Amino acid sequence: MSQHSAGAAGHGHGHHEEHEDHGSLKAYVIGFIISIVLTVIPLLVVFQTSMNKTGVIITIITMAVIQLIVQLFFFMHIREGEGPKYNVMALIVGLFIVVVIVAGSVWIMSFNSVVQ
Amino acid sequence: MQHAIDNGHSQHAAGSHDHGHHDQESMKVLGFWIFLVTDCLLFGTLFATYVVLKGHVDGGPTGKELFEIPGFVAETFILLTSSFTSGLAVLAMNKGKVNQLIGWLIVTAVLGASFVGLEINEFVNMVNEGAKISTSAFLTAFFTLVGTHGLHVSVGLIWMIGLMVQLKMRGITPVTRRKITVISLYWHFLDVVWIFLFTIVYLMGVM
Repeated sequence: MSQHSAGAAGHGHGHHEEHEDHGSLKAYVIGFIISIVLTVIPLLVVFQTSMNKTGVIITIITMAVIQLIVQLFFFMHIREGEGPKYNVMALIVGLFIVVVIVAGSVWIMSFNSVVQ
Repeated sequence: MQHAIDNGHSQHAAGSHDHGHHDQESMKVLGFWIFLVTDCLLFGTLFATYVVLKGHVDGGPTGKELFEIPGFVAETFILLTSSFTSGLAVLAMNKGKVNQLIGWLIVTAVLGASFVGLEINEFVNMVNEGAKISTSAFLTAFFTLVGTHGLHVSVGLIWMIGLMVQLKMRGITPVTRRKITVISLYWHFLDVVWIFLFTIVYLMGVM
């Protein structure tokens, strides 16, 4: 489906029209349905299964990350637009810093016997 | 600051041989992406604080006792649907249908307002049960994180109402087009942040 989005962007470029947001209705509907499924799965995993705690945490965080990626492509059209993808570069740097802050904080605080 | 934007603009224009005005609008969309990245950092630090402090309930209520499952599940689906309808608003804009565009923005704003309403209701119930922001480190981190997201949604609502008025007055122009593009990015971003609140705060809280 992301191929389709890229195709739509290429189309806009060829005709030299407005090149922002050429998402199609189909892309939005598919993105919406996938997002609902990816929201229902964690609910079922947490409330309906007897998986162990670590398994549940890994599953629901994986679902959240997949949904982040789905929404970036289907709703936010991250691949569209002309020229170098400065927005993608900025986003990757930002997400890297977020992961370092969150994982680093959790890691270092787990060594602090007074806090834990 | 202005100088830097102009520099970037002229380089970009030279590269793509595009209309100056249009290019400046797309530079502003890029600028907004960079704002969203900095907003990611803000939420990242608040998430880190929450994850570190969530066990520190100081004898007070825990997330498992406080979070009401129907409430946060409803909030999740409402915000997800509003993210979808803001996308439909952009589609209507691309077709040049200004009334349809305003219609979808109204639907988005109503869903956003019900989200904020549910969240305020949730906060009021928690405070009435004695779970105040000052009760424990867990609740301080919780109210700061979830409240910052709620504040973003509330600001987005005011912004969206302002844009509807502007669309009524000016119609779809390159400038209003860019503004709608930007607010829809903002709205999708808030939904993405909520997915992580839903997963890390609420689902892991009630486990």
